[in-house]
Amino acid sequence: MNTKRRIFLKSTLAGSAIAVAVGAGLLSPRQVLAAWPKDAFEAKNIAASLKGIYNADMTTPSSDIEIKAPDIAENGAVVPVTVNAGMKGIESISLFVEQNGTPLIAVFNLAPNAIGTVSTRVKMGKTSNVVAVVKAGGTMYAGRKEVKVTIGGCGG
Amino acid sequence: MKALLTTATALALLVGAPLAAQASPQQDLKEFREYYMKKFPGVPLNEFSNGVYAIDPVSRVTWEAIEEDFPPYEDDLKKGEKMFKTPFANGKTYGSCFPNGGIGISQNYPYFDAANNTVKTLEQEVNECRVKNGEKPLKANKGDIAAVTAYMVYTSRGNKVNVKVPNDPRALAWYERGKRHFYMKRGQLNLSCANCHKDSSGLYIRAEMLSPALGHTTHFPVFRQAWGDLGTLHRRYGGCNKQVRAKPFPSQSDEYRALEYFHTYMSNGIKVNGPGSRK
Amino acid sequence: MADSIKIRATLKGDVCTVKALIKHEMETGQRKDKKTGQVIPAHFIQEVNCTHNGSNVLNAAWGAAISKNPYLSIEFAGAKKGDKVSLSWVDNKGEKDSTETAIG
Repeated sequence: MNTKRRIFLKSTLAGSAIAVAVGAGLLSPRQVLAAWPKDAFEAKNIAASLKGIYNADMTTPSSDIEIKAPDIAENGAVVPVTVNAGMKGIESISLFVEQNGTPLIAVFNLAPNAIGTVSTRVKMGKTSNVVAVVKAGGTMYAGRKEVKVTIGGCGG
Repeated sequence: MKALLTTATALALLVGAPLAAQASPQQDLKEFREYYMKKFPGVPLNEFSNGVYAIDPVSRVTWEAIEEDFPPYEDDLKKGEKMFKTPFANGKTYGSCFPNGGIGISQNYPYFDAANNTVKTLEQEVNECRVKNGEKPLKANKGDIAAVTAYMVYTSRGNKVNVKVPNDPRALAWYERGKRHFYMKRGQLNLSCANCHKDSSGLYIRAEMLSPALGHTTHFPVFRQAWGDLGTLHRRYGGCNKQVRAKPFPSQSDEYRALEYFHTYMSNGIKVNGPGSRK
Repeated sequence: MADSIKIRATLKGDVCTVKALIKHEMETGQRKDKKTGQVIPAHFIQEVNCTHNGSNVLNAAWGAAISKNPYLSIEFAGAKKGDKVSLSWVDNKGEKDSTETAIG
């Protein structure tokens, strides 16, 4: 048979299933993880994690993603990070610390009425970019900010 | 070259110290305040109770984020309040040992006890209260003693520090002893409190900015991220002494009580701000 | 239970801000006990969910690099005063906790 046609049929079915669920108010976050994504959390680089969570291999830099974090982290074990994403249709925000042994920190799947804002505190092993990847309207966007982590003097 | 200059300045300070010892506490306070107000123009006197965060906007961001919604000392404060309000086995409470029931009085500590020729700190009197009422004294530095004094300090928040050095040569001797400790170099690193917290305040030691000594004592007891819990002023004195590789004195020893007397007097007029949270 | 979670839900217009502090070790499994030399086993929150009047507004997967005693803040629209907000977590050992609050 024509392979292309079979695939086309499959996606149509999937599409209508989602449409029905949304109409019935059954779906909350569009992206819900069935099980803890072990491979993504154990991946040694961002690209591998993204593949595991979103099956994506590319991100587009976006100025619509703001990462608030201190320029210098007082304490690498507790670094406050806030991601503010302004684009429409945000489904998920993933947070990474690029230079950590396993960069993936967390995945936040948001319901359609959730605002693209997430704050938490993360562990950083050393000076690194904090990277936020936002899935919105089917596109993967990315923003980054460098946070310096140093050894303290007397206070640390 | 820089290192030499620093040593020279420090030496000058040491030599200068005995002469300065003749000045009155009031004169010392005036000089102390003027030194920091001149060094950090635009910082109001009361802001110094926020320590390094009054002068370092970078670290202030993190501090505010951590303190903002759930202050790290919250649980200890609740525990301290419960302790303070729970009667001892004999039915009496902490309040019975203190003026005003122990509420809103921490700004008056430490004080010179003329009858016994000694300086009394709040923690000392908390434990004296316990012993007087048949209870065991609390261990120093952290845990319950930090919690209950945190509550007492919290009820004093907003009151201006008001340590008195009466016109009594014995009180003055305690004050001078504390002042000597503050300005005397010690330890393998050969540093005095003043070297870091006066001369070098606002400068960096590795990646940290040194806090000004003005306002230092106002936010104790303190939840330090480094400790992971709430601790007392003398705990920090011990830690600082160790960090310059000097042998620490025991908490609530004469030396630390004298230091606390001088150190707190230097923050007179600044509002009590404890308990606090720091890196 | 709910002992491990401190939560605050405030309202501005129709946007609710949820702030929570969870008491949890968030042990990475990479540290060694100083005395015994043994590795301290990993013990960290893996899943966090937040609901608004029963509807899931957040479904999150966490790793051990979230700080000890984790802090979380999120916002969502369509809220009214008195609405119920709940927060729950499950960790890698299967331990869990949840709490509920009304939007104030």
